[in-house]
Amino acid sequence: MGIEQKLGNLGVATTTLEQAVAWSRTNAMWPMLFGLACCAIEMMSAQAAHYDMSRFGMELMRPSPRQSDLMIVAGRVTRKMAPVLRRLYDQMPEPKWVISMGDCASCGGVFNNYAIVQGVDEVVPVDVYVAGCPPRPEALIHGVLRLYEKVQAMKFAEVKS
Amino acid sequence: MPDIQEITVQDLKHLVSERAIQGETVLLNMGPQHPSTHGVLRLLLELDGETVVNCIPDIGFLHTGIEKNMEAKTYAKAEVMSDRLDYMNTVGNNLAYALAVEKLVDLDVPARAQSIRVILAELQRFASHLVWLGTSALDLAARSMFLYCFREREYILDVMEMCSGQRMMTTYIRPGGLWRDVPVEFEAAVRDILKKFPKRIDEYEALLTRNPLMLDRTYGIGKLTGEECLNFGVTGPMLRASGIAWDLRKDRPYCGYEQYDFKVPTRAEGDVYARYLVRLEEMRQALKIVQQALDKLPLGPVRSQNRKYVPPRRSEIGVSMEALIHHFKLWTEGFAASKGAIYSAVESPRGELGIYLESDGGPKPYRIHWRTPSFDNLQSLPAMSKGVLVADLVAIIGSVDIVLGDVDR
Amino acid sequence: MEMKIQPILEKLEKEFGAAVSEYRGDTSLVLTGEKIVAACQRLQNLGFELLSALTAVDYWPEEKPRFHVIYQMTSISLNLVLTLRVPVPGINPSLPTISHIYRNANWRERELWDMFGIKFLGHPDLRRILMPADWEGHPLRKDYPLGYEEPQFTFNYEEINLRKPYAKE
Repeated sequence: MGIEQKLGNLGVATTTLEQAVAWSRTNAMWPMLFGLACCAIEMMSAQAAHYDMSRFGMELMRPSPRQSDLMIVAGRVTRKMAPVLRRLYDQMPEPKWVISMGDCASCGGVFNNYAIVQGVDEVVPVDVYVAGCPPRPEALIHGVLRLYEKVQAMKFAEVKS
Repeated sequence: MPDIQEITVQDLKHLVSERAIQGETVLLNMGPQHPSTHGVLRLLLELDGETVVNCIPDIGFLHTGIEKNMEAKTYAKAEVMSDRLDYMNTVGNNLAYALAVEKLVDLDVPARAQSIRVILAELQRFASHLVWLGTSALDLAARSMFLYCFREREYILDVMEMCSGQRMMTTYIRPGGLWRDVPVEFEAAVRDILKKFPKRIDEYEALLTRNPLMLDRTYGIGKLTGEECLNFGVTGPMLRASGIAWDLRKDRPYCGYEQYDFKVPTRAEGDVYARYLVRLEEMRQALKIVQQALDKLPLGPVRSQNRKYVPPRRSEIGVSMEALIHHFKLWTEGFAASKGAIYSAVESPRGELGIYLESDGGPKPYRIHWRTPSFDNLQSLPAMSKGVLVADLVAIIGSVDIVLGDVDR
Repeated sequence: MEMKIQPILEKLEKEFGAAVSEYRGDTSLVLTGEKIVAACQRLQNLGFELLSALTAVDYWPEEKPRFHVIYQMTSISLNLVLTLRVPVPGINPSLPTISHIYRNANWRERELWDMFGIKFLGHPDLRRILMPADWEGHPLRKDYPLGYEEPQFTFNYEEINLRKPYAKE
């Protein structure tokens, strides 16, 4: 049993503050429900019973930006939707991360025309890009785990308050 | 980057009632990001307390410019974009495109390809109805239905992946037939599905159909009569739930559907509960069609032999000079269709999916227009939602079964 | 199918002076813009209850006619389909609305205004539907550019990267 072994007889565990904070942030990171198009269906499949994302802490998808810390932009972002996306990103409290899921969110994908923003990093800063059209649920979970590694390597000096 | 525009009541005064301008009713935004709108749909609701007085949909948040983008690509390369329109019915979109191009250039398709197309299209219809059932039951707070439906869907996605390598955007059905023949494990996998799924549908019925909560929330809500449906251009299960038995698979058959024996379920009430029952019965009929098509599956080639339009197999290119030249011409230049315009329609899980395709003699489609069913089905939403509660509005939106990729293209 | 549609075609040819043509089994009639409302009303009385599609084609740089507006009608009781084509000139393109006859023409005509710039006289609510409300231009016209962004290869990666508007927080 995990934490009892570490505690030993004294009931005291030593760790660094950054490790403790990273543990708490990664074990219950709640994504915001931001499924736009086809990638949203694969995100829903990743949430469902077969490829379960709640094993990684993402038990619920919060529709409200004020209660979530991760925004998975799943699907193509049009020029009409871009200001809405930015406003929702601004409403999320710090610390927040963005995963750009799929080819259309990462670079414009198959669609290179007047209506699609060529890559959501023109609108919000992105932490992890997951490629695929649509990416398999396993690819999305791999992207989430890479984000966890990035969070665990974050130093406090980098986080703005 | 442009800012979000603020809309005031004055801009919309031709659409809202008098009371909104006086300030008696509230104009509320059920925004593009909302868990119950099934995608990026924005509804402006004029509310009197909890009752909806007017509902004004605002679409276009997923407009991808697919029609203009397809004009810049050859016929073979434009098919890739057709999957991404109605992303729940990807195989059906490919089928519609392939049938339209075959009608335009008058191409023949072998019988084995027709049967496999029917099997995949009906499995895709089943998968699309599963997602509809899961998400609309989730809106009515039956959370476990979501997990059951997505579990079933994994079996169907495994079959798609076995045939084409991709779970959703397969591009397996191409003009002239299929991309390649189905692998040997296909028949066993589909028979396994046919054995397991009828019992699963019985489970869903046991959970929802006579549930008093379900009846309270859906019976008598969102009624639409048959003539109103036709006036709004509504097709598909919504039209059949209002009493009019119009199904393109039976009335204007394509792809060999006339050889299969299946029922077209209709009900007379036209409310949300009737649409639920119609779609559930369609799921059973889809399994019946797959059973018949699999039993009668003929042997033979899966691609047309007309080398002017359909590329040859890769194994022939090494041995035959004509095959190499045809392959080269088709992949660099594309085939040229003669001048003319056609309209061809198939029955998607949402209604009539039609393509208007016009050619000017060149290798690229001069104008392609997709008549998508959700665009017209959504127009009936304001008429259905006058005087209902906001909670009923959520149930009604779920029953229309819109897919925003279909609405906005 | 051809037999049943013959009497309807003859009636329309006589009353509205339409020209009939056929391609790959589809019948289509060419009408002029003033007669379209009366023709649609007549078709609805004859049994064509469903307006399946309403779209347009741009034949730029041909100026007269620049657009062809296409009405696709379906009859459920008679199991027939019929296409109507209306040529519209390029300068100030406009047509009378049929949204009082078929209610789904409401949004479809708004889409044609948005994408092609064809005005529909008498429409209750003609504003943009798919593009943002302050967009300029009509995207599906042939003289509107596709808006293509150059793909980044290794030789031009840096210069395109510097031009792209990345978001900084």
